[in-house]
Amino acid sequence: MVTYLVHGLIFFLQETGSTPQAGMKNAMLEGLKHPDLSKFLVVGALLFIIGVAGVLTRRNIIVIFMSIELILNAANLNFIAMSRYLQQTGSVNALAGQIFAVFVIVVAAAEAAIGLGIVIALYRNKETIWIDEIDLLKW
Amino acid sequence: MYKYIWLVPLLPLIGAAINGFFGRKFRFSERLIGGIAVGSVALSFLISVASVVTYGFGSNQGWPKPYVTSQDGFSFDWIPAGAISINQGRQARLDMELNRKAEEKLASIPPEERTHPQAILVAAPFEAPRYGVLNIEWSYQLDPLSAIFMLIVTGVGLCIFVFATGYMHGEAGFYRFFAYMGLFMFAMLVLVMGSNFLMMFVGWEGVGLCSYLLIGYYFDRQEAANASRKAFITNRVGDFGFALAVFGVIATFGSAQYTEVFEQAKSYPIEYIGHWGILSWIALGLFIGACGKSAQLPLHVWLPDAMAGPTPVSALIHAATMVTAGLYMVTRTNVIFQHSQTMLLVVALIGAATAIFAATIGITQNDIKKVLAYSTVSQLGFMFMACGVGAFVIAIFHVMTHAFFKALMFLGAGSVIHGMHHEQDMRRMGGLKKYMPYTYWTFFAGWLAICGIIPFSGFWSKDEILWNAASTTYIPYGWIIWLIGTIAATCTAFYMTRLMAMTFWGKERFLDQPAGGEADEAHASAFDKGLSQHDAVMASAGDRPHHEPGEHVGPADQHDFHTQATHVHIPHESPKSMWVPLVVLAVLATIGGFFGVGPAFRFITGSELPGGKLNIVRWLDPIIWNPVTREFGKEEVHASAERGTQAPAEGEHAVAAYQNVSPSLAHAVESRLQSELGTEWLFIVISLVVAGIGIGLGFLFYVKQPSLADEWASRLRPLYNASYNKYWVDEFYGWAITRRTMDAARAVFTFDSRVVDGAVNGLATLSRLFSRIVGGIDKYFVDGLVNSIAAFVARLMSPLFRAAQTGFTQNYALVMVLGLMIGIVAFYGADIVRAAADTAAAIKSMFGISF
Repeated sequence: MVTYLVHGLIFFLQETGSTPQAGMKNAMLEGLKHPDLSKFLVVGALLFIIGVAGVLTRRNIIVIFMSIELILNAANLNFIAMSRYLQQTGSVNALAGQIFAVFVIVVAAAEAAIGLGIVIALYRNKETIWIDEIDLLKW
Repeated sequence: MYKYIWLVPLLPLIGAAINGFFGRKFRFSERLIGGIAVGSVALSFLISVASVVTYGFGSNQGWPKPYVTSQDGFSFDWIPAGAISINQGRQARLDMELNRKAEEKLASIPPEERTHPQAILVAAPFEAPRYGVLNIEWSYQLDPLSAIFMLIVTGVGLCIFVFATGYMHGEAGFYRFFAYMGLFMFAMLVLVMGSNFLMMFVGWEGVGLCSYLLIGYYFDRQEAANASRKAFITNRVGDFGFALAVFGVIATFGSAQYTEVFEQAKSYPIEYIGHWGILSWIALGLFIGACGKSAQLPLHVWLPDAMAGPTPVSALIHAATMVTAGLYMVTRTNVIFQHSQTMLLVVALIGAATAIFAATIGITQNDIKKVLAYSTVSQLGFMFMACGVGAFVIAIFHVMTHAFFKALMFLGAGSVIHGMHHEQDMRRMGGLKKYMPYTYWTFFAGWLAICGIIPFSGFWSKDEILWNAASTTYIPYGWIIWLIGTIAATCTAFYMTRLMAMTFWGKERFLDQPAGGEADEAHASAFDKGLSQHDAVMASAGDRPHHEPGEHVGPADQHDFHTQATHVHIPHESPKSMWVPLVVLAVLATIGGFFGVGPAFRFITGSELPGGKLNIVRWLDPIIWNPVTREFGKEEVHASAERGTQAPAEGEHAVAAYQNVSPSLAHAVESRLQSELGTEWLFIVISLVVAGIGIGLGFLFYVKQPSLADEWASRLRPLYNASYNKYWVDEFYGWAITRRTMDAARAVFTFDSRVVDGAVNGLATLSRLFSRIVGGIDKYFVDGLVNSIAAFVARLMSPLFRAAQTGFTQNYALVMVLGLMIGIVAFYGADIVRAAADTAAAIKSMFGISF
C-alpha cells in the first residue's frame, strides 16, 4: 500500500513535472477534475495511516473499531481505484477489485458484529472498555 | 500308451495319500487299505508293461532313444530358470578341443607326407567364460534302463504288496504301513523314471525317508528306532557325495538333464589311471552316494540293522529295489564312470571287497533275516564288481535276477517267521519242510538261484559277472576281482545251504527248544544261558511283537495248536495271500535268467545274444557308452564287425580304449587253450564247481555231520568270532566315529559354555560397568551442564521476554505495525530512497529549489 502511495506520488509529480511550467496550474486543475489512480492511492494511504494511528493510540475499544474500519476502507478504496484504473486500460479482470471490496464490506460487518459482542461481554465482566485496563492477553 | 508313464509314479502316491490321510480317520478295514495299495501298484504295473511294450516293441520309431514326457507336454519347470556359470571341466574341454584340432590337422596332411610319429602343432584353443540358464524340469523318461527298473519296482513290488496284506494282518498300523509303502513306490519310481539328476536326487532322498520310516515302523522298540536313525544318518554321508556330484555335473555341463549331460560327456577325454580330472571327481561323488544307498563297504552298516523293519519292507526296500538304486545310478551315469578308469577300479575293488566281506559274515549269523541281509550286501558287491569291470549291463541283469530271488527269499523268510510265530533264530527252526511246503519249495528255487545252479536265474547273471571280471579290458588286476568273486560265490552257496539246512531240513529243533514265540538274538542268548523258556530277558529285537524285559511271553496265538506240555508252537503254512506271491517270484527266479543267456551258449541257442531285443544285453545296449567309438551302444561295433569291415575284435578295441590294462586272465587262458569257447566254458565250469563245493560243504556241515560245524567253529575260533561279530565294524564305528563325535560335541559344548558364554557374560559385565560410568557422566556432567545453561538462559532472558508480554492489545498491535514497517523497509527500502531522490530531483527541476 505504501508502495502504491509512493509510486502514485512519483507518478503524479513526474506527470506534472513533464508539463511546461506555464501550463502547470491547468494541469493540476485538470488532475483535480479527473483524478487518476495516484490520487486515489494517496487518499487510501492517508486513510490507512489515520486508521493505524487510531488503533495504536486510542484507548476506547469502540474508537479502535472505528479505526479498523478506516483501515479496511483504505483497502477498499485501493481495490476500487485499481479496478477503475484497470477498466480504463481495458483489462479483462477489471471487476475483481469491486467484488473484493464487497467482500471486504461483508466481512467487516461480520467482524464488527462479533467484535462488538466481545466488547459487550468484556464490559459485563470488567466494567470497562478502556483498552489499557484490559490486560487479559498477558495470561 | 507310453505317453501316460507319468501315471506310474502318481498312482501309488494317490493310494498312499488316501491310506495315509483317511485310513485312520475313517477306520478303513484291512481289505480296503490293502485293496487301495495293491490296486494302485497293480495299475502302475499294468501301465508300465503297456508303456514298455508300446514303446520298445511296437512300430515306434523313437526306440532306443529315451522318451521324455516333456516331448508330449508333460513337464513343468520344477526349479525355474536361474543363471549359472559353467566353470568346471574347462581343462577337459580345452583338451578335447586340442585333440579335435590335432586330428583335423593330421587328416589334412596327405598320408604319404606323414612322418611317423607325426609332430603336429596346433594353436591352443581359447574358451570364453561359459554361462547358461539352468532350468530343472519335472518330466519322466522312458528308456531301456528305466523300463527295466520300472518293471522290477512295480512287478516285484506288486508281489510284495500282496504278501504284506497277509503278513501285516492284525497290525494296528496297517494303514500307516501301506501309506509308507506307497510313498516308497512313488519315490522309487521318481528315482528311476526321472529325466534329470535332480529328480533322481528327489527320489533318492524320498526312498531314504521311506526306508527310515519303515525301518522304524515299530517305533516303540528301541532297536527299530536306532536302526532307522542309523540307516538315515549313514545314508546322509552318501547323499552328501551324491549332492556334490550333481553340483559338479551342473557346473561342468550346465544342465542336469540326462540327455544333455551325456551328449556332452560322451566326447570328453578319458581319464586313465594316474589322471584325475573333473569326471573322476563327479564319478567319485556319485559312487559315494551309491555306496551309501547300496550298502557298500564303508557305509554298509545300516543294511543289516534295517532288518528291524517288517519283513516285506526288508524284501522290497532292502533287497529288491531301493538298495539297487546305487546300481541304477552308476549304470545311468556309465558315461561318466567309463571316463574315469581310476573310479572303475575303485568301484570294482569296493564291490569285490564288499562281496567277500559280507559273504563271510553271512556264514555265521543265526538270525534268518540277518543272513539274508548280509547276502544282499554281498550280492550288491557282485553288482558293483560288474560295473567296475565295465559290464554295466550285467550288473543290471544281476539287479533283476537278484530282485527276483532275494525278494523271494525274504518273503520266504517272512513266511517262515510268520509260521514260526515270530521266531527269527534259525537255531530254533529245522524241519519246516514238512509244515510249510509252499514256502519250502519256493525257497528251494531261490536257493538254487542264488547259489548259481544252471539254469536258475542267479547262475546266468553271476556267471556273467565272473566272466566279465576275468576277461575285463577296462581295468588292470581283473583276475583279483575274479578270484575274490569266485570265493565269495563259494561262501554264498555255503551260507545259503546252511540257511536251508537249519531252517527247512533236519531235526525239528523247535520241538525241543521252545523259545517262547518271539525270537531274536537276545532271546537266543537268553536261551543259551539256560534262562526260563518263556521269559524275555531283553526287549526283543525281532520283527514283532514287542516284549519288555521280564515280561512273560507265553503262548501268543491261542488259535494255533500247540502242545500243552511244552508250549511249543507248531509251525503252520502261511495264508494264500502270502504263498501266491512266493510262487510268482519263484517262477521268475527260475526263468528270469533266460533274459540274459550269454554268448557261451551260442552252440545251443544259435546266436551270440539270443532273444533279439528281449536279450538284456541288446536291450540295455543303447544306454551304454562305448569307449572305442565314443558313442552310445556297443552293438554298432559288433554289427560292423559282422559285416566284415575292418573292425578288430572286442578285446583289442578295449585295449585301445583303456591304457594300463594288462592282458586279462581270460586272455591268458585263451592263449593257452587256443579256444575262445573253451575258455568261456572253463569259467562256467569253475563257477558251477565252486557253487557245488559251497553246497557240498553246507550239506556236510549242517546235514550229514552237524557236529562238524561246532568243531570247526572252535578250531577257527578267531575267524569265527570275527565273522560272528561282523568284523567289529559297528564297534569300530562306535569307537571311531560315534564316540569321537560325542567327544567333539562335548568339547564344543564345553567351549560354548565356558568360552563363548564366558565371553558373552564377560561382555555383559563390561557393558554394565561401562553403562554405569556413562550413566554417571550423563547424570552429573551432561545433565548438570544442560540444567545450568538452562538456568542461566532463564535468568538472563526471562525479564526481557516477560516485559514484552504486557497484555495490552495496543502493544501487540504496535509491534505488528513496527514489524510491518521493518518488513517494508527491508524489502522496498532501496525503492523508497530512490523514489525520494527522484522526487527531490523532480521538485528541484520543477521549482528550481534544492534541499
